[in-house]
Amino acid sequence: MNKHITPALSRRAFVIGTAAAGAGLAVGLDIPFGGPTVVRAADGSPEVNVWVVIRPDDTVVIRIARSEMGQGTLTGLAQLVAEELECDWSKVTTEYPTPGQSVARKRAWGDFSTGGSRGIRTSQDYVRKGGATARMMLVQAAANEWKVPVSECTAANSTITHTPSGKKTTYGKVVEAAAKLSPPADADVKLKDPKDWKIAGKSVLRLDTADKTTGKMMYGIDVKLPGMLNAALKDCPVFGGKLKSYDEAKVMGMKGVKKVVRVNDSTVAVVADTWWHAKTALDALPIVWDEGENAKVSSESIAKWLAEGLDNAQPAFIGNQNGDAKAAIAGAAKKIEAVYNYPYQNHAAMEPLNATALYTPDKCEVWTGTQNGEAAFAAVMETSGLPADKCEVHKLILGGGFGRRGMTDYVRQAVSIAKQMPGTPVKLLWSREDDMQHGTYHPVTQCKLTGAFDKDNNLTALHVRISGQSILFTVRPAALVNGMDTAAFQGLAPTGDWAIGYSFPNLLVEHSMRNPHVPPGFWRGVNVNQNAIYLECFIDELAHSVGEDPVAFRRKLMAKHPKHLAVLNAVAEKVGWDKPPPKGVYRGICQHMGYGSYVAGAAEISVTDGNKIKVHRIVASTDPGHVVNPAQIERQIAGSFVYGLSALFYGNCTVKDGRIEQSNFDTYNSMRIAEMPKVESVIVPSGGFWGGVGEPTICVAAPAVLNAYFAATGKRIRSVPLKDQDISFA
Amino acid sequence: MANLTINGKSINVDVEDDTPLLWAIRENVGLTGTKYGCGIAQCGACTIHIDGVAMRSCGISVSEAVGKQITTIEGLAASDGALHKVQQAWIKNDVPQCGYCQTGMIMAVAALLKDKPKPTDKDIDETITNICRCGTFQQVREAIHAAANA
Repeated sequence: MNKHITPALSRRAFVIGTAAAGAGLAVGLDIPFGGPTVVRAADGSPEVNVWVVIRPDDTVVIRIARSEMGQGTLTGLAQLVAEELECDWSKVTTEYPTPGQSVARKRAWGDFSTGGSRGIRTSQDYVRKGGATARMMLVQAAANEWKVPVSECTAANSTITHTPSGKKTTYGKVVEAAAKLSPPADADVKLKDPKDWKIAGKSVLRLDTADKTTGKMMYGIDVKLPGMLNAALKDCPVFGGKLKSYDEAKVMGMKGVKKVVRVNDSTVAVVADTWWHAKTALDALPIVWDEGENAKVSSESIAKWLAEGLDNAQPAFIGNQNGDAKAAIAGAAKKIEAVYNYPYQNHAAMEPLNATALYTPDKCEVWTGTQNGEAAFAAVMETSGLPADKCEVHKLILGGGFGRRGMTDYVRQAVSIAKQMPGTPVKLLWSREDDMQHGTYHPVTQCKLTGAFDKDNNLTALHVRISGQSILFTVRPAALVNGMDTAAFQGLAPTGDWAIGYSFPNLLVEHSMRNPHVPPGFWRGVNVNQNAIYLECFIDELAHSVGEDPVAFRRKLMAKHPKHLAVLNAVAEKVGWDKPPPKGVYRGICQHMGYGSYVAGAAEISVTDGNKIKVHRIVASTDPGHVVNPAQIERQIAGSFVYGLSALFYGNCTVKDGRIEQSNFDTYNSMRIAEMPKVESVIVPSGGFWGGVGEPTICVAAPAVLNAYFAATGKRIRSVPLKDQDISFA
Repeated sequence: MANLTINGKSINVDVEDDTPLLWAIRENVGLTGTKYGCGIAQCGACTIHIDGVAMRSCGISVSEAVGKQITTIEGLAASDGALHKVQQAWIKNDVPQCGYCQTGMIMAVAALLKDKPKPTDKDIDETITNICRCGTFQQVREAIHAAANA
C-alpha cells in the first residue's frame, strides 16, 4: 500500500527541474539587462534587454516567461513591464522566449514555472526592473542623439521629449542606439510607487482574447507540422502496473496505421496518419498488462488505512503547535470532535494532454502547452538523450492547466514515441479517458479535529490531525523536510504565506503521512482546499456548540491576525451578516490564507427537500497585497467558485481494482452555467506584499456553502463530494 | 469519401462514413477552432451548427452530415470578415480565460440568439450547457445579454 512512483530524474534534469518547479533557484539567476552586443529577435528587431524588443514601427514586444493558461498572467506581466517602460499600451504585443533560448543565455528569463499562483508575485520585481531599465536606455539614446543631458528628457507613451526644446522622438527611432548602450547601474533603477501606476493596477482588456473567439488561437492540440503523424496511447490502468505484451499484427493492417510502439514500461501507442485512426486501432489492439501489487486497492481500503492514521498513537509530523493541546483537551469541561474527509479529484482541463515531438539524432523539438517550460525542457533532454543545445520546447497557450500541466509525463511519452520514428513529427494526444484515469490527483486525506472548552465556554485548545497523502513525497521528494511535507499544512502554518488566521491557547496541527499508490499532484489550490474545509467547517461547529455567532466567534480568535480579519469583515459587511438574510435563505462564512493572499467567502443558499441546494449569491474578498488587473482578479475569483463548487458537488475519483473508476465528464461532472451563483468580489489590497490570485479563493467555496447548508438544515456534512451524500444542485 | 459543405464550401473528405464529424473537421479539413473535449457530447467544446442548429460534432458521423450546411467557428463571422455580434460581445466583455471551450460556447450562444434574440436567464440556463473549467460563466451570461442588446 505504501508503494509509490518516484520519478527517475537524472542529475541535470533534477537541477533544472527543481529550480523550475520553484523550490528556490538552484542555479544562479543571472539576468542580463542589455549591453554593448545587440541581440536581435527573430524578425531582426533589437532587444533593449531580454524583456523588451522594439520594432522600428514602435511596436513593443514584451517577453513573457511564465505560461498563460487562462489566469491572465500574460497580460498582467505585460502591464508591469509596460508601466515602467512608459510605452504606448496600444502598441504592446507579447511573445514567449523558449526554455532552450533561456538555458543558452544563462537562464536570462529566470523561472518559467507557472504554478503556486507565483506567475506575477515572484517575478514582478525583475520584470518591472526590465521595463524600467529599457526605458532609461531609450531615453539615454535620445539624449545622446540630441547631445542634451538625460535629466532634461522625459518618456511617456513611447515618446521621448526634450523638455526645454520640445524636441520629440519615439522608441522605435532610438531603439537601435539604445540597444548598444550599457544598462544603468542597479542602484540607479528606481521602480514606481504602485500609487502612480497608469497601466498596471487598471482593468485593461486581456491581450489574448481575439483569437480565442475566432478559432485562430493555436493550442498544443492544434499543432500541424509537415509530414506529421498522430499517436494515441494506453497506459496500464492500474497505477504502478506494467505493459506485458501487445499483438500489433492485429492492427497493422488497419487504415492509416503506421506503427505500434512501446512508449515506456507501462504504455503502448499506435501511430497513424490521423488521431482518429490511431485511436480506432488502439481500441482494437490486444494488450496484456501485468497489473502488479496494486490491483486490489480500492477507495475503501485506502480509507481504512487513512482512518488508522487518525489514531493519536500513530506517528505524525507536527506542522504547528503552541501550548499543550492534548493536555488541555484531556482536562476540558467540554470536548467537541469530528472527522472529515476529502477525495481524489482530477484536474480535467478542457484541453486533453498532448505534445508534439520531432526527433532526429541532432535535435529534439517539442511543441506543447506546459506550466513549466524548463521542466518540460529537462524532460526532453532526459528522454531524448540529447544535450541542452540540441533540445527545444516551443510553448503554446494552454487549454487549462490547474497544476496538471506542471507535470511532464506527456512530454516524455511524446519524445519516446518520436524517438522511435526519427525525422517524423508525431503529435501525441490523450483521450479524455486517458486524462481522467491517468491524472496526478488532488490527494486524499482525512482529518480529525478536536476542540476543548472550559466551563465558561471559552475555547482552550484545538487539535487538528490530518491523515493522508503527501504530494511532495511523490512529486518533489527533495522538498521534504526531514521527511515532513510542509505543504500538507497549507493554511494551518504558524506564519508566512500559509498562516492560520486564529490564535488558540493550545494548538496542535499534525500530519500522519500515508501514501497510496494513486499518483498525487498539485491541483489548483492544492492543500488549502481540504484544509480550509476542515478548519473552517469545524470552527463553525465549535461556534454553534456554544451558541455563538460564527463571525463573532471567529473575531474573538483573530485579534492577532488583522489581515485575515480584514477580509472576513469585508465579506461580512458586503453580504450583510448583521442583518437577517431573505426568508428561506441561509448563510455560511469562512476565511483562510494561501499563496500569500488573504481570502474570505460567504454563501447565501436555499435548500429544498433537505438535499437540493440553490446557491443564490457568493461574496468573496481577497487581499493579495497589490492588484495588477482588478478585472482579471474578479474573473479568477468568480472562476474559483466554478472550480471549487464543482469539486464540492461532483468531484470524486474513486479507486477500484487499483484504477480510477471515472472516465469522462458523464461520471466526473463539472458545474454548468445554470448552477452558477452570482459572485460579488471585494478586492481589498493592503499593499506591502505580493500574494497570489489564481488559487487562494477556491478554498473558501466549499466551507462557505457547507456552513450555509448547516445553517439551513442543522445537518453537518463532513464528506466531499455532495453527490455521494445524495445532495445536488437544485 | 464524403462530400461536406463547410462554411459554404463544398469539400471532399477521405474518411470512413462513421468517422465523427469533429475529427473530419479537425484532421481532414484542418479547421482546428472546433475543439475536442470529451468525445461523448458532454462538454460542448466541439459545438458547430448543422443547418443552423447547434450540435456537438463529436457525436455526429460524417455520413449524417452529408448534404447539410455545416458552420464552424471559422465560418461564424460575416463574409466580409466582420465578427458575429457574439464574438464582438465576447471581446468587449473579456470573456475567455484559457479560451479552449469558448469557440464551442460562442457557437452555442449564436444559435440561442438566433432562436431567442432576447434570452432570459432561464433560457440561458436551459440552453447553454457547455462545460468551462476556468469558470467564465459569470462573464458568459453578461456577454450573452450584451450581444442580445447590441
